[in-house]
Amino acid sequence: MSDQEDDIILSELDNEELVQQMFDDLYDGLKEEIEEGVNILLERGWQPYQVLTEALVGGMTIVGKDFRDGILFVPEVLLAANAMKGGMAILKPLLAETGAPRVGKMVIGTVKGDIHDIGKNLVSMMMEGAGFEVVDLGINNPVEKYLEALETEAPDILGMSALLTTTMPYMKVVIDTLIEQGKRDDYVVLVGGAPLNEEFGKAIGADAYCRDAAVAVETAKDFMARKHNKLAAG
Amino acid sequence: MTDLPNDDTLTHSGLEARDGGRILLIACGALAHEILTLKRLNGWNHMDLTCLPAKLHLYPEKITEAVTESVEKNRLAYDHIFVVYADCGTGGQLQAKCAALGVEMVEGPHCYSFFEGNDSFAARGDDDMRAFFLTDFLVRQFDAFVWKPMGLDRHPELRDMIFGNYTTLIYQAQTDDPALVEKARACADRLGLTFEYRFTGYGDLEKSLEHQAAKH
Repeated sequence: MSDQEDDIILSELDNEELVQQMFDDLYDGLKEEIEEGVNILLERGWQPYQVLTEALVGGMTIVGKDFRDGILFVPEVLLAANAMKGGMAILKPLLAETGAPRVGKMVIGTVKGDIHDIGKNLVSMMMEGAGFEVVDLGINNPVEKYLEALETEAPDILGMSALLTTTMPYMKVVIDTLIEQGKRDDYVVLVGGAPLNEEFGKAIGADAYCRDAAVAVETAKDFMARKHNKLAAG
Repeated sequence: MTDLPNDDTLTHSGLEARDGGRILLIACGALAHEILTLKRLNGWNHMDLTCLPAKLHLYPEKITEAVTESVEKNRLAYDHIFVVYADCGTGGQLQAKCAALGVEMVEGPHCYSFFEGNDSFAARGDDDMRAFFLTDFLVRQFDAFVWKPMGLDRHPELRDMIFGNYTTLIYQAQTDDPALVEKARACADRLGLTFEYRFTGYGDLEKSLEHQAAKH
């Protein structure tokens, strides 16, 4: 119990200090502390959307930046994501009740033959944090499953992920099928995954290659803004 | 005869070219033992070997640049250079760079494929989708390449987040070594995966090197 006096009592912090502390706790992957922080902010009358964007997304953005800069590595990002997931689980039902702004809708999945989902899961979570409704198809998705989800969910964005050199060409199969069926222009297609690059994204006919979750969110927001501008102009 | 470098050196530093010869093999440190064995068994004395640190595999985006630097550093000293990397997660960039540099490389997506034989590996298709592969080198260096970089030494609770979609650990053996089989089995246990032993020998690696040795 010798370190008890050094323990930070989250409920004794003011809002600004608490959010700052939650950034630190998210960075350190402390799930229970994040859940406690979320509950405290809600008890203080914060709207769920404000807790999500200011405390969780704010903190996860720092994690994402340090991952990109090589300061944090996969294990630390996973722990942070797990902590954020804990906070999101509390906020999600409340967000639905309070009618938080919806930026757009995305269907996302890892392509056929590929079981890797760490990156995809991060993108899903950050997209949800940014106000997107996300329908996650999971791993190993054949083209039929993408098409079915596009039909039933009518998203704005299709996201595809692959970690393997052998599976990434399957993204083109999906895009080519959309072209054949005359549906390609109905969706913004974003692709990502470790072996991909911008050149590959262009070559297969995607709208953009996103090198990480933060870029995926910014790119998706950008496309949604363009879509709205186009609709307003039309 | 070239002394066999130890695995830690191959992981972190690689191996400098030192034997001389008409052909330089620029290889991943994870393949050094296998290539030196093949050289010795086949008497390929006109082939010299340099290895880049095997740990580059933890950062595939750095492989193309590292290979390029090695080609440029060594090309004047040799008649031919052969790159003993497969695509290795570079998304086609290594292949494109080697073509631009005018050097050949091993065919295949990764060493698991060429050890098994690229055709055979491709034919298995989705059957091996949920398999996590280890070679002789990776079994020996399991902690350095898997356990520690994945943070499992510090956060064992991450295991199922990282390996939850895998079902099997396939040990592709290049050599018949009962001690390595037992170590690989223990690795599977640590990851919570079922264990499969598959003896591959040197597969297409040997064929590629044979081809280069005969050609030059």
